[in-house]
Amino acid sequence: MTLTAPVATDPVQRRRESPRRPVRPLRVLLYAFLTLVALGWLLPLALAVYASLRPYDETARLGYFSLPEHLTLDYYGQAWSQAELPRYYLNTLIIVVPGVLVTLMLASFTAFAIARLRIPGRKVLLIMFTAGNLLPPQALITPLYTLYTLIPLPSWLSDSQSLYDSYLGLILIHVAFQFGFCVFVMANFMRTIPEEITEAALVDGAGVWRRYWQLTLPLCRPVLAALSTLQFTWMYNDFLWALVLMSSGDKLPVTSALNNLRGQFFTDYNLLAAGSVLVALPTLIVFQMLHKQFVAGLTLGATKG
Amino acid sequence: MAVKTRRYSGRDVTILVIGLGVAVIVNVGLIWGPTLASVALSGTDWNGIGPIRWVGGQNYADLAGEYPPFWSAVRNNLLWLGFLGLIATPFGLFCAVLLDRRLRLSRVYQSALYMPVVLSLAVVGFIAQLVYSSDYGVLNAVTGLSVDWLGDPSINIWVVMVAAAWRHVGYVMIIYLAGLKAVDPALKEAAAIDGASEAQSFFRVVFPTLRPVNVIVLVITVIEALRAFDIVYAINKGRNGLELLSVLVTENIVGEASRIGFGSAIAVILLVISIGFIVTYLSQLFREER
Repeated sequence: MTLTAPVATDPVQRRRESPRRPVRPLRVLLYAFLTLVALGWLLPLALAVYASLRPYDETARLGYFSLPEHLTLDYYGQAWSQAELPRYYLNTLIIVVPGVLVTLMLASFTAFAIARLRIPGRKVLLIMFTAGNLLPPQALITPLYTLYTLIPLPSWLSDSQSLYDSYLGLILIHVAFQFGFCVFVMANFMRTIPEEITEAALVDGAGVWRRYWQLTLPLCRPVLAALSTLQFTWMYNDFLWALVLMSSGDKLPVTSALNNLRGQFFTDYNLLAAGSVLVALPTLIVFQMLHKQFVAGLTLGATKG
Repeated sequence: MAVKTRRYSGRDVTILVIGLGVAVIVNVGLIWGPTLASVALSGTDWNGIGPIRWVGGQNYADLAGEYPPFWSAVRNNLLWLGFLGLIATPFGLFCAVLLDRRLRLSRVYQSALYMPVVLSLAVVGFIAQLVYSSDYGVLNAVTGLSVDWLGDPSINIWVVMVAAAWRHVGYVMIIYLAGLKAVDPALKEAAAIDGASEAQSFFRVVFPTLRPVNVIVLVITVIEALRAFDIVYAINKGRNGLELLSVLVTENIVGEASRIGFGSAIAVILLVISIGFIVTYLSQLFREER
């Protein structure tokens, strides 16, 4: 009668695994260690979520590390309306969407020219662009700030009438700063595309633009996906550029606006926690959905020479 | 058809000049131009308006002699580098080595470790306050202590570095994991057949082949340590024990006292340190390519 009992694991796999892998204490230790580390890693974020769900007077009385008496979503409502988060999300979109698109356009064309056309000085260009991305922002921020205040813009483009304190200014610096990394990654990728494809087109008389736009770019889809995921996250997470190059509070992107939830004399950390969770949410969603692209983007840049 | 001697038509040249021209103008105008301007301005006492006056090395002398935050910032940046380099990075490597084998749930572990990397450092700074807050923070509640983790200038840098390491470990881990996956499994098998223990085969066989990855991780670590800014700024604007070079640069321009020349001198110091590592990194990358 026990013969008919269903076998839980695939028999083939079972036969293969069981004699070779009895439960080894080292293996158990490994799992225990990794589980502990993983839980420890998730704890701070879980704590932020937990704190954001509890009223201030309760956490002030019991501390954050206590059982809940009340759970409420009030802080999310408050952060959403009182801190005017929707407006700041919109600001972020106004900056990040053009930022990512322009960066990828410009970088892919530059990478194409560097990797595929024998233009003179291509190596110098590639080094210059890549190194530019590695500089600490502070190395250039002081003159950049001055430069931005000196460049006039028509008032329909920026109500501050200069590049300083304008969306365009922030988009430009994101493009300039992230561009080098994208050129580097894409130039490496394009070198792996067989040369014959574009050579055949060259014989047919295809111009530079056609070879770039119609022949090379469609093959770069995976790397474009990886880079746009990564660039979205980086530009979204920016704090410094907006802090220095923006002055009106109502134009700040959402990450920098988070500071507004902090009161002058008193900070309600539960409200701040709710705000932090809301601000972190888009990147966490992107990370969950596009995990593979994200990792690919980072490792493409870091480990492929 | 006539024999084409020119590879590019007039239209091609126009497109190339426009495309690359824009790229170069943006890059030089907004990145390298200002960087060089930092170097030039660091020799002046310019305050943002008024005339620019050359003062030579005066700013650097003031920095070293009469500006106490400078040395605490240098110390903190070095600590930051040491902490990331000697603790967070090896831990990331260790996790990568553990995860680089057939494990159930490997994906889950990776995601957990990796998740803080997508968070903005400003958000990490805010979350750190929930953990470290002296009155009702978790750390004091769990340990029963009543330490002002973020307010005490002798310890706050350490706990902030732990928060920064929280994010750094995942970053390093993912890069090493990719590097380890690329190591030829035959190497490890050969080492095992020769009777090497797991530790021996890692240190003697696998680790040396990771050299390019090591250089990259080293550079990422240094650059992260030099760029560190958001997290301390989100906590207390980088004061009271949390001074960093990057914060001092920013303070000298966004603060009321607009001391552009002086701020630039600090920026140049950051620049000089990072250029050394950038050159190392690029020579590594471009050597491989050849």
